[in-house]
Amino acid sequence: MSLLDVRDLSVVFQRRGEQPFTAVDKVSFTVEPGQTVGLVGESGCGKSVTSLAIMGLLPKRGNKVSGEVLFDGADLLKLRRDDMRDRRGRDIGMIFQDPLSSLNPVIPIGVQVAEVLERHQGRDRKQALREARELLDAVGIPDPDRRLKEYPHQISGGMRQRALIAIALACKPRLLIADEPTTALDVTIQAQILTLLKQLVDETGTALIMITHDLGVVAGLCDTVNVLYGGKVVERARRHELFAQPRHPYTHGLLNSVPRLDSIRGERLHAIRGSVADNIPWGEGCAFAPRCDNVVDACLEGPPPLEPTATGGDLRCNNPVSEEVAVP
Amino acid sequence: MTEPTTQAGPPAPRRKGERPGRTGGNVNRLGDRKKARLEELAQASAGKGGVSLFRDAMRRLRRNPAAIVGATIIALFVLVAIFAPLIAPHDPVQRFDELTSKLAADNIPGPTAGFPLGSDELGRDLLSRLIYGSRQTLFVGVLATLIGLAIGVLLGAIAGAFGGWVDNILMRVTDVMLALPALLLAITLVALASRSSQWTVILAVAIVNVPIFARLLRGSMLAQRESDHVLAARALGVKQRSIVLRHMLPNAMTAVIVQATLTLSVAIIEAASLSFLGLGDPDRDRAEWGAMLGDAGVRYFEVRPELAYYPALAIIVVALGFTLLGEAMREAIDPKNRR
Amino acid sequence: MTERTRPLVELRDVKVHFPIKSGVVFDRTVGYVYAVDGVSLSINPGETYGLVGESGCGKSTLGRGLLRLVEPTDGEIVFDGTDVRGLKGEKMRQARRRMQMIFQDPLSSLDPRQSVESLLLEGLKAHGLANDKAETNRRLRETLEAVGLPASALTKYPHEFSGGQRQRIGIARALVLDPDLIVADEPVSALDVSIQAQVLNLLKDLQGERGLTYLIIAHDLAVVRHISDTVGVMYLGGLVEEASSEDLYREPMHPYTKALMSAVPVPDPVVEDRRERILLAGDLPSPSNPPAGCRFHTRCPWAQPTRCADERPALREVTTGHRVACHYAEEIAAGRIRPHEVEPELVRPVDGAAPGDSGELIPTP
Repeated sequence: MSLLDVRDLSVVFQRRGEQPFTAVDKVSFTVEPGQTVGLVGESGCGKSVTSLAIMGLLPKRGNKVSGEVLFDGADLLKLRRDDMRDRRGRDIGMIFQDPLSSLNPVIPIGVQVAEVLERHQGRDRKQALREARELLDAVGIPDPDRRLKEYPHQISGGMRQRALIAIALACKPRLLIADEPTTALDVTIQAQILTLLKQLVDETGTALIMITHDLGVVAGLCDTVNVLYGGKVVERARRHELFAQPRHPYTHGLLNSVPRLDSIRGERLHAIRGSVADNIPWGEGCAFAPRCDNVVDACLEGPPPLEPTATGGDLRCNNPVSEEVAVP
Repeated sequence: MTEPTTQAGPPAPRRKGERPGRTGGNVNRLGDRKKARLEELAQASAGKGGVSLFRDAMRRLRRNPAAIVGATIIALFVLVAIFAPLIAPHDPVQRFDELTSKLAADNIPGPTAGFPLGSDELGRDLLSRLIYGSRQTLFVGVLATLIGLAIGVLLGAIAGAFGGWVDNILMRVTDVMLALPALLLAITLVALASRSSQWTVILAVAIVNVPIFARLLRGSMLAQRESDHVLAARALGVKQRSIVLRHMLPNAMTAVIVQATLTLSVAIIEAASLSFLGLGDPDRDRAEWGAMLGDAGVRYFEVRPELAYYPALAIIVVALGFTLLGEAMREAIDPKNRR
Repeated sequence: MTERTRPLVELRDVKVHFPIKSGVVFDRTVGYVYAVDGVSLSINPGETYGLVGESGCGKSTLGRGLLRLVEPTDGEIVFDGTDVRGLKGEKMRQARRRMQMIFQDPLSSLDPRQSVESLLLEGLKAHGLANDKAETNRRLRETLEAVGLPASALTKYPHEFSGGQRQRIGIARALVLDPDLIVADEPVSALDVSIQAQVLNLLKDLQGERGLTYLIIAHDLAVVRHISDTVGVMYLGGLVEEASSEDLYREPMHPYTKALMSAVPVPDPVVEDRRERILLAGDLPSPSNPPAGCRFHTRCPWAQPTRCADERPALREVTTGHRVACHYAEEIAAGRIRPHEVEPELVRPVDGAAPGDSGELIPTP
């Protein structure tokens, strides 16, 4: 059984006096124990909303969440609010993009880590603080004894993100969701944090959902990658297959539009034309059709289905990039 | 369709940098009818455009029920004030024999034929006085707010645009003014003017609101000064005067306009409070809600509480109208709510 | 670099120090943020100089200092033979026509109340270039076309465009004045990945058509390398390495550049799995209290006792056209010095962050 099995998850934003907006549209994916799964896409593709829906962190008002989120076979969406709160932190940890706003500014770092242990593991304060110190040490925070007593504003962005990871890992969750954990950080700090995450996943055996817009981050970290566009999964493949042979024109375009450090300089980048504002509703066809170079008649005759590929992935495209030319 | 069988000709050998679909052939696979449909869909999502921020905010405002309720109350209130002579059944000053004849220390006549809300303590028509009272409330409230706004904006703009010691001095003065409770300051001002009139009320309420506007505008001006688009204007080589007048001030004023709407409700309550305390216009004939509440409402509360209820209700409803509209405006201009 | 053309821009030992003020009633200067601390570089006409570095390294401040949007504390800025720091008031304002800027966040840098037309007209009016109505109109349309926007965009407002289109408006605003130099501060980092390529291609095309000179400031080494002829790497207010784009990638010589380059993720699992990362210990020291000697020695895996901590290395030409600020550049290149472990030190976040550097946090896409 999969650790996490997301089935047909949909999130519809319904704001007063406005058209309902489908942010996540029947997204399905699974996470096996110890696996690292990537959710990749640009702003507005629904990747963050998916993670919030899984965690039950979307505000009750104005959102309609449907589908199933099976964690260990139990549907998280059906849990009572209190039970879900118990699950968060204990079974599922989450790391956010902005470590400063995710930490409480008036409570010392050590206490924030310890509180999680007290709440979920029933430790007393002294024991919890001792374990918090070990956790800070494990996530590579220098001089953890001193850091225990410091406040979030007193440490740097990279250290804050480490502290946040320590909090997320405090109860040894079986699943960790990281939502753009390095986007606000500098490259050298990003390298530190990614290395740390990789190492923690290896050591603790926790599964990881990595949400990012950066294909480079995914390339070195994820076992399986889900590419999202307009709220739907458009391509799913194992890491090596995806980067070696991107089949969906969007994935393909994305890979070819980023300048690479190791590419031949001066080569023109192959931009995807238009922007997400040009999307058409999925009901009319493929949302990506207006920006797609491979568009065919079938693309405007309703949404293409997500179908398995020969290489064990899934693809939602009527006219995928052929395998011969797909190598970037 | 997983195999690209529709591709014409043999697959071209892969060359670095060569991308599928960049050759015109693929686009032709889209039929003309579908091409037209795609364009149609694209057009639908592009929208018409040319909507300024102001019009955009107005559109959001119109969709907000709170704004509609607030605006309706204000519109009714203004209409009543303007057309008071046409709406009011009687002269608000005239004492009617049929009412005065029934007046006694323990009796003030209630609703009778021709006098829907009955009499006030002097035998005048209560409804007509309430209707005429809206004029006074509107006049004092609007004028006090406008004067406060004008002085506040001037001081705030000077402080915000110049900075330095000018800013320092102006802000210390406003600090002192803000430290005093508004009503106390107004009472002091009225006391300083040897004789109270509606002008002392207007001036007092206006001055009380000056520091609020000044600080608000100064704060937004400073924020604007640090903003990227002002930096961009400097980089363009736009003249300093033009930067202040065209970029900083108009953008900073948005918040001030919202505040002015909210201040109108405060000003109305403050003016009424001063009248209630007997610090308003000494002319007892002039209908004024605060004075009606203070004079008769309190004194004859045991005899006929409606004398207090009606003016109090009028003040509350009108103040609520301005508050509702102001809050809705604040919400409408908040960029976070822009879609 | 065989032929010697006169550089369009020359910076000599430019410093920008921001005073840190403190006090209740009267402000007192309690220290300085050494945002830019002695940078010398030159940019040839028609070339692109890429400035790369992490937040707080002073790259944005340097760009703004060059345009005198922040006032340099010391040093010389020569633009086309004119000493820019010597220009006063109105003269400086007029000189701005020839040196324009593109900002990171296209939305916040465009006045939300102005239509595209009035945004573009503003610069023209400020420089007295909008006198002939027909000619102005033609110029606006031509500029919009050059950046790939339809003429109908003129009547629209910034908030009605997508991020990429807004950045095109920002570029058009700079372009309409027909400048010689464009300083672009993180021109693509606020944009979606698929849009970044559009804007980078546009910048490149415009350079080809109009012979523009660029100073591109970015944190993304891949972006900078892609678009620049020459790349300068900054660390804590100073230039640590400068080389042609190819040289820098082929043979980074400064330890910081090596670390930076190894940290950039490459969207290719085959490369990623084989790569060796040089992980830097700890964080950037505060620019208000930079380390003595080589500013990088506290985090440098190649740092050698005493000299690195005592003496600030000058930027010197190690091979032709390749300048490095490291005492041991040759020894490291030859493999005579091996990297060692560095104990991370306690680092305080920047107390009085330089005002120019506040925008360097990469926004949420």
